[in-house]
Amino acid sequence: MDIAFDRRADDTLVVHLGGNWNIANGLAATDELEKLLATKPLPAKVAFEAGKLGDWDSSLLAFLSKLAACCSSKSIEVVSRGLPTGVARLLELASAVPENKDARKERRRAPLLSRVGEAVLEAGQAIEEMLVFLGEACISFCKLIRGKARFRGSDLALLLQECGVQALPIVSLISLLVGLILAFVGAVQLRLFGAQIYVADLVGIAMAREMGAMMTAIVMAGRTGAAFAAQLGTMQVNEEIDALKTMGISPMDFLVLPRMLALVLMLPLLCLYANLMGIVGGGIVGVAMLDISPIHYFNETVAALRIMQFVPGLIKAVVFGILVALSGCLRGMQCKRSASAVGESATSAVVTAIVAIIVSDAILTVIFDRIGI
Amino acid sequence: MDCFDKKQTCIEVRDLTMAYGDFMIQHDLNFTVNRGDIFIIMGGSGCGKSTLLRNMVGLQPPARGKVLYGGASFWESGPEEKKTIMRRFGVLYQSGALWSSMTLAENVALPLSEYTRLSQAEIAELVSLKLALVGLAGFEEFYPSEISGGMCKRAGIARAMALDPDILFFDEPSAGLDPISARRLDELIIELRDSLGTTVIVVTHELASIFAIGNNSVFLDAETRTMIGVGAPGELLKESRDPKIRRFLTRGEK
Ligand SMILES: Nc1ncnc2c1ncn2[C@@H]1O[C@H](COP(=O)(O)OP(=O)(O)OP(=O)(O)O)[C@@H](O)[C@H]1O
Ligand SMILES: [Mg+2]
Repeated sequence: MDIAFDRRADDTLVVHLGGNWNIANGLAATDELEKLLATKPLPAKVAFEAGKLGDWDSSLLAFLSKLAACCSSKSIEVVSRGLPTGVARLLELASAVPENKDARKERRRAPLLSRVGEAVLEAGQAIEEMLVFLGEACISFCKLIRGKARFRGSDLALLLQECGVQALPIVSLISLLVGLILAFVGAVQLRLFGAQIYVADLVGIAMAREMGAMMTAIVMAGRTGAAFAAQLGTMQVNEEIDALKTMGISPMDFLVLPRMLALVLMLPLLCLYANLMGIVGGGIVGVAMLDISPIHYFNETVAALRIMQFVPGLIKAVVFGILVALSGCLRGMQCKRSASAVGESATSAVVTAIVAIIVSDAILTVIFDRIGI
Repeated sequence: MDCFDKKQTCIEVRDLTMAYGDFMIQHDLNFTVNRGDIFIIMGGSGCGKSTLLRNMVGLQPPARGKVLYGGASFWESGPEEKKTIMRRFGVLYQSGALWSSMTLAENVALPLSEYTRLSQAEIAELVSLKLALVGLAGFEEFYPSEISGGMCKRAGIARAMALDPDILFFDEPSAGLDPISARRLDELIIELRDSLGTTVIVVTHELASIFAIGNNSVFLDAETRTMIGVGAPGELLKESRDPKIRRFLTRGEK
């Protein structure tokens, strides 16, 4: 990578190029040349002499194109006759399409106030989008009731299986452990005044009214809500959703509705199953740690759990199902067109779902207390 | 690695059979790509051209047969050797396969910053040059989702050329390009070969560019699932008696 200059009498700066040029060795610096090109009197032309040039690659091209740009800004003529023909032709190709000046984007940091303003406007827009999505979901649901929504039954069947049967192992494990934990915490306190047997009441009621629905919903938010967001997000990236729209098929009916149905149908069932597993977990603690006989524990649980105790839990499960499905689908549909956007929408689906679950749980608990169920 | 010496033969494909599971795509392919060739892979849609490329660039092992690079069998060499061979490749995938969460400049810069010790400013210069070569000067800060399909293709070409590879594999580079850009791309391919000595393997259906740039080619057939012609495209057109090849090269006349 050798560069030398000499200035001829006829105002020409001759650049001598020699040696091997390889990007592995870095690019040649143009500082010295630029200084030469800036010293008055300016040369009228730049010419090249490349007799000793060995192997070369893009590093030579990069050097020359930078030089050419520098010359053209000072309106110095570049005579490329001395260059190997390949170099000259590649440089020509590189400048064949003029640079798109409008396209060049500036990366400027906006002032604090305008960033705050934009964030507020964005938040407003996000809320609007959410409301629009909710509205569309309601319309789709009405269409379903009138029998006009179009989606494939086989999709629904597959989704039911995904959100139902395939979730059983993880739901079993989690709710069994939650039952165990509840029983443990309760047992320590209740033993203080010899009321161990009420562990059965505690676990039964807590699972049926609260923990069963909540834990199942949280598991499903992580498992299924994220999956929904990633599926729809990927479809958004591949323009599959656009393809549905142009065929006149509403993605709301075709994609969102079956997912909502599947979760709304399956979450209450999973919740009942979780209640059972939680009670079994409590029973294990009761029998193993508190020496209550299994029959005794069973009878106590049955006595504590009137059928009405299951109603709040089941209502909650239905609401949570709607919320998990909605947040998964909403974030999926909002996904931008890149791989990292899919990741973000999956994350934000889970976060949205969990926040929605906890908030609505608080509200529902207060309402149930007021109306006395 | 001396397998890329100035030897004549660059790639040899020997008795290559490719399959997806039990589904055989092509069998017993035999051809040789010489150094500095512009080698065209032709054949009807779905006959296995992209699959052949995947076998050649080391993404999918062949069911049987060999791919030799400078005499060394790719699929029988160790992981380190494979890596050195693969470093000499530049690949344009049929779908462009740009990394969607990076700008065009970052897409082209990634191989440069991985494999060279250039500074950020130097990389930026090279990136601008490569993008200018494919007619995308000024689009450095765009994301793949913000440019058109043909522009994605061209950006993919710029990325494939980033490290001045010895062998370029292009899967349908001119699909989605206007005739003028396609022509400019042909010129670029010829220039790369002439001045940098790059060997270029091109999958294409564009007859004009097949005849303009190709000096050797292989024709894959979907029905018999093997190659039915090999040679320079112009000679295939003149000499081949095979009706399928003739129909292909004359756009379905006779
Ligand atoms: N992942 C895969 N699994 C199974 N079969 C596949 C897979 N990918 C491709 N095929 C089959 O292999 C055959 C060849 O596909 P390939 O993509 O190589 O075709 P092609 O010649 O590149 O076609 P085109 O010109 O349309 O790009 C097709 O019949 C396709 O069905
Ligand atoms: Mg293909």
